[in-house]
Amino acid sequence: MHPALSVIAFTSLSGAGYGLAIVLGTGHGNPGFLATKIAWILALALIAIGLLCSTLHLGNPQRAWRAFSQWRSSWLSREGVLAILTFIPLGLLALMSLFMDEFNSVLGYIAAFLSIATVASTAMIYGSLRTIPAWHTMWTLASYLAVSLTTGTMLYLTFFGREAGTDSAAIWNWLAIVFLIITWGIRMVWMNRARTVGYGDSSMESATGLGGLGKVRLLERPHAMGNYLTNEMAFRVARKHEDKFWRIALVLGLVVPVICLIIATYAPSFGFLRVIGTASLFAGVFMDRWLFFAVARHAVGLYYGGDEALVPAE
Amino acid sequence: MTMLPATTDKKLGLVIDLDTCVGCHACVVSCKEWNTSGYGVPLSDQDPYGAEPVGSWLNRIHTFEIMPEPKLAKPKGQGVGEVIGMAGEARVVHFPKSCLHCEDAPCVTVCPTGASYKRVEDGIVLVDEDKCIGCGLCAWSCAYGAREMDAAAGVMKKCTLCVDRIYNEELEEIDRQPACVKTCPAGARHFGDLGDPNSAVSQLVADRGGFDLMPEQGNKPVNKYLPPRKRTALGEGAMPAAGAADANDTSSADGLLGWIDRALSGGSAKGAN
Repeated sequence: MHPALSVIAFTSLSGAGYGLAIVLGTGHGNPGFLATKIAWILALALIAIGLLCSTLHLGNPQRAWRAFSQWRSSWLSREGVLAILTFIPLGLLALMSLFMDEFNSVLGYIAAFLSIATVASTAMIYGSLRTIPAWHTMWTLASYLAVSLTTGTMLYLTFFGREAGTDSAAIWNWLAIVFLIITWGIRMVWMNRARTVGYGDSSMESATGLGGLGKVRLLERPHAMGNYLTNEMAFRVARKHEDKFWRIALVLGLVVPVICLIIATYAPSFGFLRVIGTASLFAGVFMDRWLFFAVARHAVGLYYGGDEALVPAE
Repeated sequence: MTMLPATTDKKLGLVIDLDTCVGCHACVVSCKEWNTSGYGVPLSDQDPYGAEPVGSWLNRIHTFEIMPEPKLAKPKGQGVGEVIGMAGEARVVHFPKSCLHCEDAPCVTVCPTGASYKRVEDGIVLVDEDKCIGCGLCAWSCAYGAREMDAAAGVMKKCTLCVDRIYNEELEEIDRQPACVKTCPAGARHFGDLGDPNSAVSQLVADRGGFDLMPEQGNKPVNKYLPPRKRTALGEGAMPAAGAADANDTSSADGLLGWIDRALSGGSAKGAN
């Protein structure tokens, strides 16, 4: 699948925003502290920027409001509805913190629940597609939720852990390390599955129905150049480098942040390292999300030759 | 509304004969010609006379080659190896592909705006372009590549089964068929109600063993494909028998050809060179 930058930015940024909203909504951060006020604004800004990014890849964004209508069958529509609903408690809580130095735990839990539901809807847009076996798994749902919570936690910890935290920074550091390990563990399971599942149960033989005659191979494409389908769904550029990209994602997303957090825990004067760890995590998440698209095969690729290639005998 | 109807009154669709199709692309061109000025916005092309032309088409023909015996290189300890060559007599199959108007069409249910819908009266899957936001999710959900985003209008285009022909009373009754069916010079495309077991298309599917594309995807496509017929064996003497030691073995030739063969061979033993 073609990795569109707007979709990668949208899912990563809004995911982090919802993650931060979950941390704040479950009662962390003194609502009177400046850091908490900034955190609320940051969460809302990330979500809003993400949603705006998501409209960039639309052919007719002026009609985007129509996407709120089909929540009974469409995960994309559910995501839109939930995103708007989530703004209500999040906005109220942000205003309470900004102007009244207060927090309401009922509203907070509603906000956290709706944030989780929104991220889950985003994941299910991908997870529900039978045509893309790499995505069609509950590990996709687990991935999006885990990445969202971990990036949100790292944001909270990085900028606000010391001043606004109701617990000690060390506990948050360790919590973040646990989240990082679980998240990348889930991503590793997803990636191993994605790289072996290929086209799932489908093949060039089932796609053409000609398997009974023998082994099917594409002789001629419908036309000489690419088209919407091959550009959008038969993306191959990354495949060659996916090992390298995946290792880079793991180093940036897991190794660097964990080392930064451990140093910051034992040497409090190196607290700034958490900023570097978070920046590194975001770079890793971007790369990982790029791979999420790039490694995924779409069934339509089978009509364009699939992965089969005639390799000369050695 | 993007909920699918539980049943449709008719199941209009196409039956495509892979035995008969000669791969001339006439249906591709006539589809574009009719539909660029028919239902919805035109089917635009980008850079049509330039170096990298692209455009939206609702019907495309792929050509496949089928080899009966792939040769596999089996690396140690692995079950299936990579195809390293082919053996046996190849077949070339031209493969037209357009929307299959699936009964369980995932392109309809994923649509967030209600633009994509399946008609209750005849089962045709259509896009209401005034509601389409061009998110592309329906194209992602389609296993068959039946939907293409129009780059000029930013809306999704797909086969309408020529909904503006088949009910069009301005046309002679004989012309009330999809453009691709009407134009096919080989008669490889058939249109009708696949929900009616007595219709000509249903009979054709039953007689010829029509099949679904990618049944494992669970979309229940309405369109059916007819398999290529079995090859008839070439006449005796026309080709050496498979596995014959000598490719010039003419021992099976008889009649006039056999006499010429014997005369030219010096009239000695039949079949000698």
